[in-house]
Amino acid sequence: MEYFVQQLINGLTLGSIYGLIAIGYTMVYGIIGMINFAHGDVFMIGAFIALAMFLILTTVLGFTFLPVVLLIVLIVSMLFTSAWGWTVERLAYRPLRGSFRLAPLITAIGMSIVLQNFVQITQGARVKPLPPQIQGGITLMEGSTENGTILVQLSYMQIIIILTTVVLMAGFTLLISRTPLGRAQRACEQDRKMASLLGINVDRTISLTFVMGAALAAVAGLMFVLLYGVIDFYIGFLAGVKAFTAAVLGGIGSLPGAMLGGLLIGLIEVFWSGYFSVEYKDVAAFSILAIVLIFLPSGLLGQPEVEKV
Amino acid sequence: MAVSGTKTPVAGPQGDPNSLQASIKDAAMAAFLAGVLGFFFIGIRTDIAPGGLDLKMRWGAWIISILIVFAGRLLLNLFVYKTRRPVTRNLSIGLSGSESRLAQAGKVLKWGLFAFALILPFFFTTFFPGRDRQFIDLAILIMTYIMLGWGLNIVVGLAGLLDLGYVAFYAVGAYSFALLAQYLDFGFWLALPLAGLLAATWGVILGFPVLRLRGDYLAIVTLAFGEIIRVVLLNWYEFTKGPDGISGIPKPTFFGLELKRGEGGFADFFGIAYDPIQRFIFLYYIIFILALITNFVTMRLRRLPIGRAWEALREDEIACRSLGINTRNTKLTAFAIGAMFGGFAGSFFATRQGFISPESFTFLESAIILAIVVLGGLGSQIGVVIAAVVMIGGIEMLRNLGFLQQVFGSGFDPVQYRMLIFGLAMVLIMVWKPRGLISTREPSAVLKEKKRIGADMVAQGEGH
Amino acid sequence: MKTATKVKTTGDATPNWDADPVLSVEHLTMRFGGLVAVGDLCFNVGRGDITALIGPNGAGKTTVFNCVTGFYKPTEGRIVMRHGPGRQDDAVEAVTASGLKWQSTNAGGVFLLERMPDHEISHKAKVARTFQNIRLFGGMTVLENLLVAQHNPLMVASGFSLGGILGLPSYKRAQQEAIDKAVYWLERTHLVERADDPAADLPYGDQRRLEIARAMCIGPQLLCLDEPAAGLNPRESAELNQLLKYIRDEHNVSVLLIEHDMGVVMEISDHVVVLDYGVKIADGAADAVKSDPKVIAAYLGVDDEAEIDVPEIRKDVAKVAAESDGATAAGSKKASARKAPAKARKPAARKTKAAAPAADTAFAQPLMATGAKAPAKRGTAKASARSQEKTSAKAPEKARAPKTAKAKTGTTGPAKTAAAGGAAKSAAAATPAKAKPATRKPAAKPAPAEASEIKIANSGDYPGKQPHGTRKPRAGGGNNLTRIKGIGPANEKKLNTLGTWHFDQIAAWKKAEIEWVGAYLSFPGRIEREEWVKQAKVLARGGETAFSKRVDKGDVPTSVPGRRGAQPKKTTAKGGKA
Repeated sequence: MEYFVQQLINGLTLGSIYGLIAIGYTMVYGIIGMINFAHGDVFMIGAFIALAMFLILTTVLGFTFLPVVLLIVLIVSMLFTSAWGWTVERLAYRPLRGSFRLAPLITAIGMSIVLQNFVQITQGARVKPLPPQIQGGITLMEGSTENGTILVQLSYMQIIIILTTVVLMAGFTLLISRTPLGRAQRACEQDRKMASLLGINVDRTISLTFVMGAALAAVAGLMFVLLYGVIDFYIGFLAGVKAFTAAVLGGIGSLPGAMLGGLLIGLIEVFWSGYFSVEYKDVAAFSILAIVLIFLPSGLLGQPEVEKV
Repeated sequence: MAVSGTKTPVAGPQGDPNSLQASIKDAAMAAFLAGVLGFFFIGIRTDIAPGGLDLKMRWGAWIISILIVFAGRLLLNLFVYKTRRPVTRNLSIGLSGSESRLAQAGKVLKWGLFAFALILPFFFTTFFPGRDRQFIDLAILIMTYIMLGWGLNIVVGLAGLLDLGYVAFYAVGAYSFALLAQYLDFGFWLALPLAGLLAATWGVILGFPVLRLRGDYLAIVTLAFGEIIRVVLLNWYEFTKGPDGISGIPKPTFFGLELKRGEGGFADFFGIAYDPIQRFIFLYYIIFILALITNFVTMRLRRLPIGRAWEALREDEIACRSLGINTRNTKLTAFAIGAMFGGFAGSFFATRQGFISPESFTFLESAIILAIVVLGGLGSQIGVVIAAVVMIGGIEMLRNLGFLQQVFGSGFDPVQYRMLIFGLAMVLIMVWKPRGLISTREPSAVLKEKKRIGADMVAQGEGH
Repeated sequence: MKTATKVKTTGDATPNWDADPVLSVEHLTMRFGGLVAVGDLCFNVGRGDITALIGPNGAGKTTVFNCVTGFYKPTEGRIVMRHGPGRQDDAVEAVTASGLKWQSTNAGGVFLLERMPDHEISHKAKVARTFQNIRLFGGMTVLENLLVAQHNPLMVASGFSLGGILGLPSYKRAQQEAIDKAVYWLERTHLVERADDPAADLPYGDQRRLEIARAMCIGPQLLCLDEPAAGLNPRESAELNQLLKYIRDEHNVSVLLIEHDMGVVMEISDHVVVLDYGVKIADGAADAVKSDPKVIAAYLGVDDEAEIDVPEIRKDVAKVAAESDGATAAGSKKASARKAPAKARKPAARKTKAAAPAADTAFAQPLMATGAKAPAKRGTAKASARSQEKTSAKAPEKARAPKTAKAKTGTTGPAKTAAAGGAAKSAAAATPAKAKPATRKPAAKPAPAEASEIKIANSGDYPGKQPHGTRKPRAGGGNNLTRIKGIGPANEKKLNTLGTWHFDQIAAWKKAEIEWVGAYLSFPGRIEREEWVKQAKVLARGGETAFSKRVDKGDVPTSVPGRRGAQPKKTTAKGGKA
């Protein structure tokens, strides 16, 4: 039981990170119908920026008060990663707007290769470790097994991650459902041509979508750095694939779906690792994706596609 | 990173002074953006040092990168984007005509390339005796990708099914042969058809449940299957030796003759002097023939009802169903045949390398094969050849840029820029020609006059 | 819902479609969630007939097509396709009981389409179809399109591709035959010159014909065409008629088509089935169907100003109107009086003009000719059937006719009604106030003013239960029922006839009553669809619906603004300002 609760907490934490990245995928898919393969690498960029900023603040400028440091790091990495997200869209996708479906997919893969190798060249291929910054936590339960006692711990780090995710999700849902920007975005999702005829600046709306997605990915990147303490130029790929899997699982195009899918993928991975085998956790996540899609072809919360004959 | 404005002529055809001013302003913006983007990557470098991470500032590199972007953008603005007479105008006029000319020249080009491929090993041994091994090896590599591209072209180009996990079948083929050789002592020629068959079977097994998914859902599931197969190969240590890989995979024989030195070898049998290059030439011809078979079968299939059904499926699945075509079986055939050729190529890869490990079968391979198909022009066989030569040949050529070390100093390693340039090339070619290099379609049946079909007519498969 | 009145086919015993149906649709029901797109539909398609399936937009025609061709799996019902002559009833029952999908012999075959996947329906049952929004293989040439249609025979000829890869001569022969067949149909459709052009390059009319040619290439026994004449110019349309006749006569292919162009339908159809809101409202030969008042109503009248020229209703209305002379609510008079003068001034001559540009003119015009005389005929027939009403009903009807015709012309939403009505039959639809003075005078007999039960004479003919009604509204007058979406003055009038004056009465309707009223007013399903009861509940409480607000603002031309009658709380008389 204790073990289960601990895994549940870990799964939710990991799922929050996947969910934040998945939102970027799902928004971009919703608005321009393409898989933004470079999004995982934007997340990686976000993690690198967060790491560098953290080091600047702590070692160069000598800040010590952790909450302020984290807040500044969060804001800076969101801003800079947004710039990356904007640039990727501007360079690789906007020239192909209205072109056929596979072209932006290929440029996205190309962009992903470019970003990975750019970071590898400029920052080196070796992993970057960061010692854990936030330690301690709350002990929720204590239980004993034949191997000794098991503590169920909710670390402060996990609390921060889950809280931040909840707050961001709430704010974000509000943004999409209440603001003119969100309305413009939903209009572009429905019909881009019509939206532009109604005076919506479609290019700007799409750019902003990428910016928002990148900002959320930056948050996920920072959390990843703090939670795992190691990053390298390759983390983007797997996290990206998992997050995209999460977006599809939840029903691509649906924001709550992305979050739900993220949580599910996180939980599946953690529980599979906890109870069966660590090696096959990816296989478990992908298999569940395939099984869900076979029975619910448009994901858990996706709009079922009506076949118009 | 420059901000290219290829689609939006910001300043338009106005007077020169304005244009200059606007150009500078625009270039300054681009430079500012480059500064922002580059700050944490070019301006700063983190490195592992005793006691944590060490931070190193590289102001020089950062400023240089900003200046390069400024200058590059300014030049582009002045001569391309914001001038009345872009220097690329003649280029683009030439290129717009090139499409049709390329198509017309297609037949000549095809036979020319074929003839060249036929004599290729002897061409290199004759004209580049010093580096023939390297060149023939590269030709083998390119030919492998051509074959993979042709195989994937059936799935993506003809049937319009987006498959992001094609490398899985490549892996199945390679491991089939390697394991058959290791456990059952199969030779290459015996294992080759089995490997193809196994890959096709896997194609059917994987395809059966998922082929009713549409468009991008199919894409992610195929990607997932590619990853699953890789992860299984990596972790099933007892059977596949996991990350250690399988080594000692036998080489192919020439009708029972091994290409080895001494008694009983190929050279000995024919009474010629042994030369290691003979093995490369032999491998080259094997993959050349395999690729030719792939091409021949694909071209034949295109003119058969099944091939027409694939293309019809790409155009409109609902209409297909109304015409009595069993769409699931038709998709499965495409998937299986594509997988089969992937399996052949895989077992050739295994025999050529003599060693395989899961590392060779990452998503990047799938992406490269897909890029070759799309860049070449979906459904176009000759396009795949051109794209494979350009992309694979180009990227390998980057290994030979040792002279750059003299320019940038010995710390400069051009090889590590290879994938960066590869990625950039993918983006640029796609932006330049979104429909691929050869985008027209050749009809599969003709009543009176053969007319090529423009790319704008041809649908690109599910979803759109 | 069994509201469909069987229109008797003129002439001899059983029509072809019942004697020798190639396709039988039996009790077909298709639900999408809660929406019943097609409800308990039965019809036959005769072998060698051209059968038209018509009905207003959204009537469920394409859904029927999709069920027949297997794109939708019907919720309920059986769809039988027969090869070979006759009904083969024994075989049909045998296959149904056996659980098989089909049974085929040399003499014929029986196919249960609802059990078959779409591609088998085309391949085995030989049902071909076209699509409303053309679905060609745009990037393939015209010839290739026709070869794809011959996929299954060619697959066999190519030895499932193996023989083809090896280049066996038998496949080459088969391919040549397929090309010959394609060329034959290209010649029939005048497309042979374009054989090597991509299909997407063809002009619209050619694409429509190509789709038919492609469907014919599968060698069908039944050809289903979804709006083949849509977007065609008159010449192309005429050519299409020729082509369809040719297909029927020379190839003995039965044709089932959905069409809005009544010129096409009436010219070539042997049999017409009319759907409205998923229910069959008429079925018969073209001539019989086009004069059916329900068909006319479905096409022209049902929206807000629902005028349904079913004589018995008209009589009931007339009778009650006469009886309740002077007793109608004051508010009703006031509100409608506003409109009346304006209407009366318009000359009657403008009437036909106003009707012409109205919606559904395509249907309106061919109907006009027969429509004018048909109701009269039916009216007399009915009147004699129920002789006890004859005298009382007929007189006012005649007296009213010319006046109200004039009165109607100017109504803000008159086009549809006017078109539907024809000259003589608009009495009941006229706005209450104007109609009443006209009718009251001839029937001067004062009505008994007690609130007694109203019983429509033939109320048992309709399913469900007639709602309770009172002869007079309660003190304060009846409510303005036109504030309910779906009720215009005409419907309000009819409801008043039934003794329904108040929102709370409608709010109290149960399922059986809704069904009865729907059937009586000849628009089954509409009350549920428009949620009259729900609206009435809100309005009865004194609340507002979005629609009633619009009505009060005067934004709804077919409703009368203003509250009126007994209000639960505040009795405002906004309508009085007129």
